[in-house]
Amino acid sequence: MRHSRVTLAAGLAAAGLAAAAWPGRAPEAAPQQPTEVILSISGEAGARPRYAVPDFIARTADAETQAAAALMGTVLWDDLAFEREFYMIPRDTYRTIPAARSFADIPFDRWRELGADGLVVGTVERAGAGGFRVEVRLFDVRARRSVVAKEYSGSAANPRLYAHTAADDIHQQQRALRGVARTKLTFSSDRDGERVANAVSARDVKEIYIADYDGANQRRVTVTRKLNIMPRWSPDARSIAYTSYRRDFPDVYVSQIYQGALENPTGGRGQNWLPAWSPDGTRLCFTSTRDGNSELYVMNRDGTGLLRLTTHPAIDTTPTWSPGGTQIAFVSDRSGSPQIYIVDADGLNLRRLTSESWCDRPTWSPAPFNEIAYASKTGPGYDIVIYDLATQERRQLTSGRGSNESPAYAPNGRHLAFMSTRTGRTQIFVMGRDGQDVRQITTAGNNYTPDWSR
Amino acid sequence: MRIRRLDSIVISGAIAASLALGACSAKKPPAARPLPPPAAATTPTPPPAPAPVQESPIVTAPAVPEDPMASRTVDDLNRDSPMRPAFFEYDSAELSADARAALDANAAVLKKYPTWAVTIEGHCDERGTAEYNLALGERRAVAAQAYLASLGIAADRLKTVSYGKEFPFDPGHDEAAYAKNRRAHFVITGK
Repeated sequence: MRHSRVTLAAGLAAAGLAAAAWPGRAPEAAPQQPTEVILSISGEAGARPRYAVPDFIARTADAETQAAAALMGTVLWDDLAFEREFYMIPRDTYRTIPAARSFADIPFDRWRELGADGLVVGTVERAGAGGFRVEVRLFDVRARRSVVAKEYSGSAANPRLYAHTAADDIHQQQRALRGVARTKLTFSSDRDGERVANAVSARDVKEIYIADYDGANQRRVTVTRKLNIMPRWSPDARSIAYTSYRRDFPDVYVSQIYQGALENPTGGRGQNWLPAWSPDGTRLCFTSTRDGNSELYVMNRDGTGLLRLTTHPAIDTTPTWSPGGTQIAFVSDRSGSPQIYIVDADGLNLRRLTSESWCDRPTWSPAPFNEIAYASKTGPGYDIVIYDLATQERRQLTSGRGSNESPAYAPNGRHLAFMSTRTGRTQIFVMGRDGQDVRQITTAGNNYTPDWSR
Repeated sequence: MRIRRLDSIVISGAIAASLALGACSAKKPPAARPLPPPAAATTPTPPPAPAPVQESPIVTAPAVPEDPMASRTVDDLNRDSPMRPAFFEYDSAELSADARAALDANAAVLKKYPTWAVTIEGHCDERGTAEYNLALGERRAVAAQAYLASLGIAADRLKTVSYGKEFPFDPGHDEAAYAKNRRAHFVITGK
């Protein structure tokens, strides 16, 4: 695994960011037995393939390896369940099946009795100081043969990462699907209960956090004791752009979270907020009052090449780029209420998209979907709505429970993260793009305005 | 210490709010109305009490009891502020008659203490979305700033900042709370 934890932690500390043990990027997959033909496991006619994922096999007897082996099985099961490509056989039904000790003694008959079409077996063993070597194989239970075989090695610090990598490999090989198991969420949170420094009145700070896509490994990124809100992942998932009041007015900052470097491309010229990355990561679109009114601007990441996009006396704000980088959707109240508009990235060809009560936070889907998700006022609160740009049809994903706002697409477009007050306080949730399978990601404090890494 | 601050701010905010909402029709006209028409354009320097301002540097001077404002720190002033908030309607940055009256009073204070500088914070209620409310709050702060400028207050004494709905003054979820949270709020930053 490419993993330089020591240098990462040093860089974070140098920039005054939270110095925690950071996971490196995903381990490099080193296929052990190159598969000549990719075999796809099918289910019964018309049904999704049924998969089972028991605990991994601990090949070394120490407690850490054994705990990691159990955890990897659980996490991999969850990762595969998330995309709903496979029917995941509940793990509590595996109890009667004897655990294998190696790939050689798997009781395929018993797994077949349970109805498994696919069976994932993994092994974990110690490799050097503080390291693991993990093997994962997906078996076609009927044919009793391995159709995916992967070997990973790296740090023992984050066992979940092995399961996430295996899940992405299995989704890729079996379904040609780019899984999201190694992606991350970012959001702002008041969970630390800190108050704004030097403020006249008591005001709660918000700091930027990150978490794995499933809510694990929640970590604080900013330590400013000010407002830090509306974070957005750079397309390479190594930086987060956000609005910070660290100098007591809103300005755009970019934290390179693995290097620990901080950039301020807008440099305090006017008040600037809501940065949105171009799909190639070279530019930011943002709202600024530098010319006296809330307008949209585009600039290069280093602050050069400023382009003014809007010139209307109304409010223009909350931009999102099309996947190709040629168009920008945004919010304007030029009609009298906040509605969503689309403009070409050069500022031409403006057109209106919505005519509702109040719309905000448009988020353009990744391909192959061609749609924009946003929050729409449906009563006292908001609900998440998706507008299909091809059919011009609109469908509502949430309804009735609390206010649901600030949607953000998973990089494969199959899920959305959003914030909701449905449990009382404001929390981050994730749901399928059909509105089903809602999962709560955060529980501590209030958590706002999520974004999902590529 | 911080908690005590919170209490006093909340209380003073409530007092200011109740003054603005309830007592204004009875109390304000005599104080506020004379100011705008004649004083706005014609008198750049405050005629009423120039003496305390000049005497304030002298610590032992008898002027101190006459004008407690002059001797107070910026923090003290903000804790029990002479500056009144201007309140707004839902999704609006238009200045109502009440809002203008509050700003007239603030203009009088700023003319009386010509060295004071303020930051005008734009705030919104929770019914709008967080993203759009940043722009709406900015628009409210700018509306208040422009009105004060029209009354002759120098622009470089009036900074604006929008907090959207990030810092509600009343954490409630009813119209009474919303009304308090839609405001241009004045913080004295220098004297």
